[in-house]
Amino acid sequence: MNIPLSWYLIVAAALFCIGLYGVLSRRNAIAILMGVELMLNAVNINLLAFWRYVEAVQGTVTGQVFAIIVITVAAAEAAVGLALIIAVYRNRKTVNVEDVDLMKL
Amino acid sequence: MGFWHFILNFWTELGNWAGGVMTGWGLPPWAVNLIADIVGVLILVVFGIMAVLIFTPMERKVIARMQDRPGPNRVWPYGLLQALADAIKMLTKEDVIPRYADRALHMLAPILVVIPALLVYAVLPWGPKLIGQDLNVGVLYIVAVGAIHVLAVVIAAWGSNNKYALLSAYRTVNQLLAYEVPMVLCILAVVLFAKTMSTQGIVEAQTIPYFVVMPIAGLIFLICALAETNRSPADLLEADSEMVAGYMIEYAGMKFAMFFIAEYVNMFAAAIVISTLFLGGYKFFGLEKVAPVFAPMIVFAKAVFVIFCMLWFRGTWPRIRFDQLIGFAWKFLVPLSLVNLMLAALVIKIPVTDPKWAPWIQGGVMLLGSLVVLAVTALILNRAARKAKDAPALKQIVTVER
Amino acid sequence: MNLSQLVFIILSAVALIGAVGVVTNRNLFRAALFLVLSFVGVAGFYILLEAEILAMVQLLVYVGAIAILIIFAIMLSRQLMSPEYKARNEQWLWGLVAAVALFAVLAYILLKVTWPTSESTVPPDAIIRLGLSLISPKGFVLPFEVASVLLLVALVGAVIIAREK
Repeated sequence: MNIPLSWYLIVAAALFCIGLYGVLSRRNAIAILMGVELMLNAVNINLLAFWRYVEAVQGTVTGQVFAIIVITVAAAEAAVGLALIIAVYRNRKTVNVEDVDLMKL
Repeated sequence: MGFWHFILNFWTELGNWAGGVMTGWGLPPWAVNLIADIVGVLILVVFGIMAVLIFTPMERKVIARMQDRPGPNRVWPYGLLQALADAIKMLTKEDVIPRYADRALHMLAPILVVIPALLVYAVLPWGPKLIGQDLNVGVLYIVAVGAIHVLAVVIAAWGSNNKYALLSAYRTVNQLLAYEVPMVLCILAVVLFAKTMSTQGIVEAQTIPYFVVMPIAGLIFLICALAETNRSPADLLEADSEMVAGYMIEYAGMKFAMFFIAEYVNMFAAAIVISTLFLGGYKFFGLEKVAPVFAPMIVFAKAVFVIFCMLWFRGTWPRIRFDQLIGFAWKFLVPLSLVNLMLAALVIKIPVTDPKWAPWIQGGVMLLGSLVVLAVTALILNRAARKAKDAPALKQIVTVER
Repeated sequence: MNLSQLVFIILSAVALIGAVGVVTNRNLFRAALFLVLSFVGVAGFYILLEAEILAMVQLLVYVGAIAILIIFAIMLSRQLMSPEYKARNEQWLWGLVAAVALFAVLAYILLKVTWPTSESTVPPDAIIRLGLSLISPKGFVLPFEVASVLLLVALVGAVIIAREK
């Protein structure tokens, strides 16, 4: 193959670490959610790269099924997460995660 | 004999001849392929934009004739080059950007609107071997590229810094997403019958056009295509008497022309997709096997017929109110297309011993099933309408439901 | 350096520049657009890995639905770019150190290990095998059904949580 497997894995690791930086260092809840989506995409690249290079010779498609389930779970999580953020914004008028630190107002 | 073969297979022989000429000039094969790809892309893009030039005057003349007036007739003997006059007018207008708008987004949106409209042309089959790229997942590609259009609308509205544009963009996104669901379900029914997702495979598998086999799916897809391309009767969001030009309010000059071009390119692409999926594509009772040179003209003729139907709807039907439109999509079209999908899945599994008669038997059973479903739907609607008419207050169907 | 390596480098540039744009932009709307760019780059990776159907699903679900959802949530909770709202919290430096350290460790491992790859071609009917494996009891019908129940729960939950009283 022209492109060695490690190239794909390194790009996926870079994407994962950039997403991790986004989660750890942003204040806005929606920006944190965007970092989480980046991490899930990096995981998907990893899964498909391993499927293509290790499993495709056997003729099974387990890697693709796994990736589809991950996309489904990411969609469900994004929907519920954003609904929560909107509900919190309606109550507390803020989406900074540092201001939402007490259960009572 | 060689001459007739060249004429009958004109388009593919032209490509072979050009490739031969370039190889004769000494270019390596990868350069010949690259140049052939670039020229193919240019031809498809130019053909897509030709659609604007042809369909703009056609729309205005057809709707004018339906309204018993002549329509534009100054620019050529019959007003046929009206689009050129429009283009010159739009090029000479001043380009206005609102002061507090986001400049980068304001300039990005018209580009992002035209790109998905043109990308669809890559998978449409123009003949037995004439296709941009025969992807395995052609129809899924068409739907996925249509989803980028939704994003472009939001960027256009946000980049205008205008709250009415934003309101109109919310409604547009709502309408586009609501009508994508029945569209995908009808495509699924077609894919079940054709057993392949590539557009060329679907055309090859239609011994009977799928509009005859599955009229419900055809009609639902036509309605969804009308709503996806924002044509009447679903064009509440860009009509002049509603939110004036909707999300395109703050665009002037060439950028507005880009939105305009994108709408017509989208309409042409939707018409060709309908003719590919439901009307048989480039097939015309075997003419395309004898003389493949006529295949692009057959596709064009079917697309013009579908566009004439769309213009007919625009000239004769009133606009539908927005909440009625969305309610129609979710409460009527989605269950109906789900029933159609289940019927298609059942019909596929009918055991047929002789593979030559399989399309006819399955087509016939599907047609019978579709007619039964249509009759049941008509009965249910009739009873519901009668009950609503006898209701104590007629408010149930006229006001917004809560 | 042949064509697929060149395409790989271009696609990885697109995906990584998009990702960096997401985590550094103060204007949230532009961060969302960079996220869309990153998704498109990742879809390009899927096509390079010969999993076309996943590329189309990625475009349809991520760009067509999740990105629109994020943009709507940004528009409904307006705190975009006033100067007194800082974008980064006080621990951003430690977050950067942690991310860079993790990337260094991962890259070192990934370059040292020899992977059990096998040079082969993808079977041409991969789509049919995918469809069959999602519904066959020996395959993955159970995760498939559980995923559909999960989507139903998420749908109902999102509507209930975000509803106005």
